[in-house]
Amino acid sequence: MTNPGHNPGHKRVVITGLGSITPIGNTLEEYWEGLMSGRNGIGKITLFDSSAHDCHIAAEVKGFSAAEYMPPKEAKRMDRFVQFAVAASKQAVADAKLEINELNAEHVGVLIGTGIGGLKVLEDQHDVYRTKGPDRCSPFMIPMMIANMAAGVTAIQLGAKGPNSCVVTACAAGSNAIGDAFRLVRGGYAQAMVCGGTEAAVTPLSVAGFVACRAAAVNRNDDPSHASRPFDKDRSGFVLGEGAGILVLEEMEHALARGARIYAEIVGYGATCDAYHMTGQTPGGADAARAITLAMKDGGIAPEEVSYVNAHGTSTPINDPNETSAIKIALGAHAYKVSVSSTKSMTGHLLGGAGGIEGVASVMAIYHDRVPPTINLDNPDEGCDLDYIPHKSREQLVNVVLSNSFGFGGHNVTLAFRKFVP
Amino acid sequence: MTDEQIFDKVKSIVVDQLSVEADKVVPGANFQNDLGADSLDTVELVMALEEEFDVEIPDEAAESITTIQSAVDFIKAKSA
Repeated sequence: MTNPGHNPGHKRVVITGLGSITPIGNTLEEYWEGLMSGRNGIGKITLFDSSAHDCHIAAEVKGFSAAEYMPPKEAKRMDRFVQFAVAASKQAVADAKLEINELNAEHVGVLIGTGIGGLKVLEDQHDVYRTKGPDRCSPFMIPMMIANMAAGVTAIQLGAKGPNSCVVTACAAGSNAIGDAFRLVRGGYAQAMVCGGTEAAVTPLSVAGFVACRAAAVNRNDDPSHASRPFDKDRSGFVLGEGAGILVLEEMEHALARGARIYAEIVGYGATCDAYHMTGQTPGGADAARAITLAMKDGGIAPEEVSYVNAHGTSTPINDPNETSAIKIALGAHAYKVSVSSTKSMTGHLLGGAGGIEGVASVMAIYHDRVPPTINLDNPDEGCDLDYIPHKSREQLVNVVLSNSFGFGGHNVTLAFRKFVP
Repeated sequence: MTDEQIFDKVKSIVVDQLSVEADKVVPGANFQNDLGADSLDTVELVMALEEEFDVEIPDEAAESITTIQSAVDFIKAKSA
């Protein structure tokens, strides 16, 4: 099928490259294989001593070697969130076989979102400040810490001189970044955009903060692999994760002309705000439903065309029934025919990185006609009665995918992807 | 501390901070021209030397510490 919603004033935008550093795999292949096999990425926190905290678990990236992607001296000048972004971006650009040189550099941009940026650098340097004074703060403290450095340093590493910015919308940042990049290519402001989200916030302050605001799960410290359980009756909060997911979006004619492999087309972006509460959500999900509806309208998608929804599905008591309700408002009766899953059941919640790795998963679902499961879904909660693909991935025709991301601050974002037909 | 000990400590700090091979760190090596340091690197390097040798290196003095030897000489003079 073609793209019936296509506005002739816009350029069509396709995805030609994918990259990911995640708690269940450090390459695209490993990540996808992990999603298909229901791999759990959650374990005990090793990045710092969590004994004084109430939460001892997280979804950490395992065995990541920055040296694989950049010289050691450059890696030292990057906080972990930047290292993840650079690694995933290099994977994605190599996957796209997109050469960036003096002929096209000004037309290739970078747009990478994050929730908090270089939090570890901030925490460490604050310790230096308090114990040794301001004179001992590193000259690299500011450049390593600021959130836009994922986008900035990635551009340095790739030589990409096109539009460059950073979106900071908490758990929606990765999806907002992809959506904003989509609009740039669609509107003719860039030929290609390296976009997505990154986060490396498994730190003492961050875990303390998420426990304090009652968002993180604290009752399964001894059973980490079952702690992230979206839509399940026994869920009690999310599990913090880290990593980066990056997509190469490219103007369709440009991709076709160079014979690029096209994974899928990105066709819709809906963004709304609850304007309700700093951390809560509009009860009943009406404003989240509007984001879904807007993405569908943007892409000319009727509810019956939707094959799969990659849910925000954080495993918090508030989100899961609200999101279910939002899906029902947006899709009507078709909500009961569509498959929905939360890959956060396996990867944990990557905050600003979630929209990135979930965008990658959404595109792969279309490309492979397979959908990832919601693991740990033993007993769906009341009000959670959709097909959440419990436990095992499945093969199905996947033509249209919607990916939801909802962030603290009331940011609601939905991206719509479609199987590509020229 | 002997001259050799000072040199060895300076060398190991430079190798660590600038991620360069030890055999490049010779007395005449210039931080920016020979060892790939940029302006932020040299600020951090001076801070590391202050910390390691427990000396103060004011900004005007720091400006003239451009080579391994000049770093060693400064520290020797301060420790005397």
